[in-house]
Amino acid sequence: MDQILINLSLLAEFPIVNLKIILDGVMIGALFALAAYGLALVWGVMNVKNLAQGDFVIAGGYVAWWMTQQGMPPLLGVPVAFIVLWGLGWVIYKTVISRVIERDLFTSLLATFGLAIMMAQLLNLMFGSDTQSVALGYKTLYFFDGLIDVPVAKLIGVLMAATLAIGVILFMKSSRMGQAIRATAQDARAARVLGIDTEKVYAFTFSLNAAICGAAGAIIVMVWIIQPFYGITHSVRAFVIVTAAGLGNLPGVIAAGLGIGALEQYGAHIFGIGYQQAIAVLLLISVLLYRLIQQRRLRQSLQ
Amino acid sequence: MKKNTVIFYGLILAFIIVAPFIFPDFRTQLAALWLMIIVAMTWDMTGGQMGYNSLGNIVFYGTGMYVAAVVTIALAYDVGAYTNAFGGGVYKFTDQQYFLGMLLGILGAGVFCSIIAVVIGFVTFGLRGPYFAIGTLGVAIAAGELVSNWEWVGGGQGIALPVYPGDLDTGKVLFYFLFAVTGVVLFIFLKWLYSTRFGAAINAIRDDEEKAEAMGIHTLRYKLTTWAMSAFFVGVVGGISAFQLIHFEPLETAYQTINLGIFMVVCVLLGGKGTLWGPIIGAILFHVFKEVTWNYFLGWQWVALGALIVVTVVYFQDGVMGYLAHRKPEWFGVRLDDKKAEVSQ
Amino acid sequence: MKKISALTGLMAGACMLMSQGSVAQECEELILGSAISLTGKYATNGIHAKNGYEFAFKKIAEHGGVKIGDKCYNFKAIYYDDESKGDRGATLAERLINQDKVQYMLGPYSSGLTKAIAPVTEKYQIPMVEAEGASRSLFNKGYKYLFAVLSTSEQYLASAITLAAEKAESAGGKASDVKVAVAVENDPFSLDIRAGVLEDAKKFGMQIVIDEQLPRDLSDMSAILTKAKLLKPDVLIVSGHSKGAATAVRQIGEQNLSVPMVAMTHCEAADVVGKFGAAANDILCSTQWAETLTYSDSIFGTAAEYEVEFKANYTEYEGKKVPYQTAQASAAVYVFKDAFERAGSLDKDVVRDAIAATDLSTFYGQIKFSEAGNNIAKPMVLRQIQDGEYNVVAPSAFASHPLNWPRKAQ
Repeated sequence: MDQILINLSLLAEFPIVNLKIILDGVMIGALFALAAYGLALVWGVMNVKNLAQGDFVIAGGYVAWWMTQQGMPPLLGVPVAFIVLWGLGWVIYKTVISRVIERDLFTSLLATFGLAIMMAQLLNLMFGSDTQSVALGYKTLYFFDGLIDVPVAKLIGVLMAATLAIGVILFMKSSRMGQAIRATAQDARAARVLGIDTEKVYAFTFSLNAAICGAAGAIIVMVWIIQPFYGITHSVRAFVIVTAAGLGNLPGVIAAGLGIGALEQYGAHIFGIGYQQAIAVLLLISVLLYRLIQQRRLRQSLQ
Repeated sequence: MKKNTVIFYGLILAFIIVAPFIFPDFRTQLAALWLMIIVAMTWDMTGGQMGYNSLGNIVFYGTGMYVAAVVTIALAYDVGAYTNAFGGGVYKFTDQQYFLGMLLGILGAGVFCSIIAVVIGFVTFGLRGPYFAIGTLGVAIAAGELVSNWEWVGGGQGIALPVYPGDLDTGKVLFYFLFAVTGVVLFIFLKWLYSTRFGAAINAIRDDEEKAEAMGIHTLRYKLTTWAMSAFFVGVVGGISAFQLIHFEPLETAYQTINLGIFMVVCVLLGGKGTLWGPIIGAILFHVFKEVTWNYFLGWQWVALGALIVVTVVYFQDGVMGYLAHRKPEWFGVRLDDKKAEVSQ
Repeated sequence: MKKISALTGLMAGACMLMSQGSVAQECEELILGSAISLTGKYATNGIHAKNGYEFAFKKIAEHGGVKIGDKCYNFKAIYYDDESKGDRGATLAERLINQDKVQYMLGPYSSGLTKAIAPVTEKYQIPMVEAEGASRSLFNKGYKYLFAVLSTSEQYLASAITLAAEKAESAGGKASDVKVAVAVENDPFSLDIRAGVLEDAKKFGMQIVIDEQLPRDLSDMSAILTKAKLLKPDVLIVSGHSKGAATAVRQIGEQNLSVPMVAMTHCEAADVVGKFGAAANDILCSTQWAETLTYSDSIFGTAAEYEVEFKANYTEYEGKKVPYQTAQASAAVYVFKDAFERAGSLDKDVVRDAIAATDLSTFYGQIKFSEAGNNIAKPMVLRQIQDGEYNVVAPSAFASHPLNWPRKAQ
């Protein structure tokens, strides 16, 4: 308790720390938002709740890490991870996901949970359970007497995340495939009647999701560390964000991602980082409760 | 009851009683099998019979362990001092303190978990389908994280209970029978429960909650009661496990979300959801498969487990009982003529 | 059930054959059992330990095996994966003892797992020599069959506190003015380190300004480091197995944090020099063993020779430090060999008494057990990363280089 009060007083004493926390949070949140957007996509389009989301992120990270081990430039890892995970996503769609779309929702949840366990362990067997990271070797920018530090690597990461997000938005808005995806999300039957090959749309959406996660992972390995078993952490964040933002609302997902990043950093500062995971999960529960109360007013339940 | 049924149950009961003496080397594994059977049956109460797929039932197992430990320690010493003293000082328990602690601890674990279930359920039962699963999973993760940060119960150090005071073999037989008696009581209880109006009501909730509500079933009350009963038994076996394991950590042992927390679901799906025998058959299959093969995979076992979950869920969701019901409907009291009549209608 | 046990026996046999390789034929097998973490959060170090066991088996076989009477034996281990989980470890220990009829055990990795397994081996009165469980709480339970070759964990970083006090005094200040920041993982081992540090800091009357616990899936500790910037501690203590070391070194570098003394565990296991280069400079690392120490024995040679030979056998350690987790695992096997030969018998109780009477010089250091079972003959050393090299700086009897202090932000 004392610790919490001291931490709070630190915030008041050094107001600039607030800026630092928000900056850190936003930089993390931007990457959470990427994985969350992928989740919102598959959730909205094909009603699959993918618990292996975080493991796609970690797999992408390992692809990028492996490439730098082979002596290739680290930034190249992002597009390569995008492509490799696209392929992986497609395979997983064909073997597992395509068979659970029409089933009840718990099925997809549990099936992707099985996938998550499998992927984490395969990564462990392939790359070992050491924590890995890629050092970019860029400088760090310092402001306010060194209190605020912005590593150029993180800046590049956030920029890449933003580019990717904008690319996806433009794609969804203007391309034929993007339109088909949005049409399927609105009403799959109607889309089918209008001649849209929904099977193809589903496969494309799921692969795109995996690819976005992979790219996010490739960025994460450059600015934080990864480990085969860290997937669940990213999955939980993605679920928090999507539940908070709702489906099919990209600006909402991004805002929620940044907000949750910042909230988590505040929580870590005030309560100690031992509570970071607990804070993320409690945020998830509070969001669910909030939505539940909203629904109750309409005399409906959250489903 | 028919004569055959009496013989059937009699044989099973006899086997349960003699098993630990025929296979003395396997007592611990048999006890673990009971644990699996019990958590699978309790998961099926809400997951199979009521249609609420919880991924967070492990919360009652972990809480049960902690309640049992805290009650036992608190009877003799100050809990905070006990958990704090990992650096020095050996605490001793008399036989009387140990057994009294065990009795009160295990029962207390059950009762406390029922209360917790009502409190959590009051909130989470507003969620439906996958949201309920995600919400309960969240509760389980959060509970583990919070307990691991709670220094009074030892935090991440975990907590240690006294060792069984008697000799080794008696202790193992005792733990086996604690699990076995709980399991048998649970089975009899569920067999009775599912045949009552209460059982019909929770099945109605599973089949169509709105209609059930419209028929005048107070759904929330039924849901809470079912979960509380299920939590009672999970809490009890959690308490027994605490005494059996002696030392446990919060995240890896007590609130082991992705181990036991998922195993119970897999067992039920494997055996067949919403049946009395399905969870038992699933647990036996799963446990035997796991114990025979697990240790020789050396790292690959998790890949195998993931694959097992995916395959079960995607291709074999009705489980063994569902498969049998489909292939041999007459075993389930469905006469083929009725079936034909059904089809022709 | 008969069938199952026959099957298990068969499979265990098959596993043995596969991992057997080139062992002298005339010696019989002597089976040890171990549950070790091959998956889960302790997997990295579990594998280090397993390699240490295997390497020791090989070296001992090369030196004629274990001689008991006129017979000779080669060690052979049955391993199970405990998944870094205590309950699994305890179950597997029972399995090793009951089904595989193992009479002697090697320890698992980490204090938590050892805590879970020790009650089992104690119940069955199976001697266990462990090399990876350092928590003091293992040695206050009156266990008779548990022996640890390593120093207990409160000693890991306590010497850093002493060092900080010395430095403060030599700079004209008072030891009680030193401010300490502690960030340790929330697991038994790291919490015990924290207890040791807090105890010593209290002795000097130091002020603890940060005392936080790291989560098990740590990937970002900038919140703690920001606080460290504001509160300006004189010593920063970090302990969180390999991931704690990796995260701390990376972010201390990024945030340009200048704390005069940074001390942590598991630097070698996390390969912080290889991964982060200059950012790791002047960080203090506690270690149970260093290849530059002058210990030696007749099987493994000197500490330096151990490292060279080990790397030749396990090429994946090329370009890295051999972690002490590996060395102490080998030392544990050596203790068994020595005890068997002195006991002159395979009877587990005779062997247990022989282990208790161990007084052995090894490449890993002197080994002599207290009544409680911990090794009291070997000190911890503190190394500092100086220009990418690990140099011993404390305690002074072993120091090969002077301490760089205060540490500057890199």
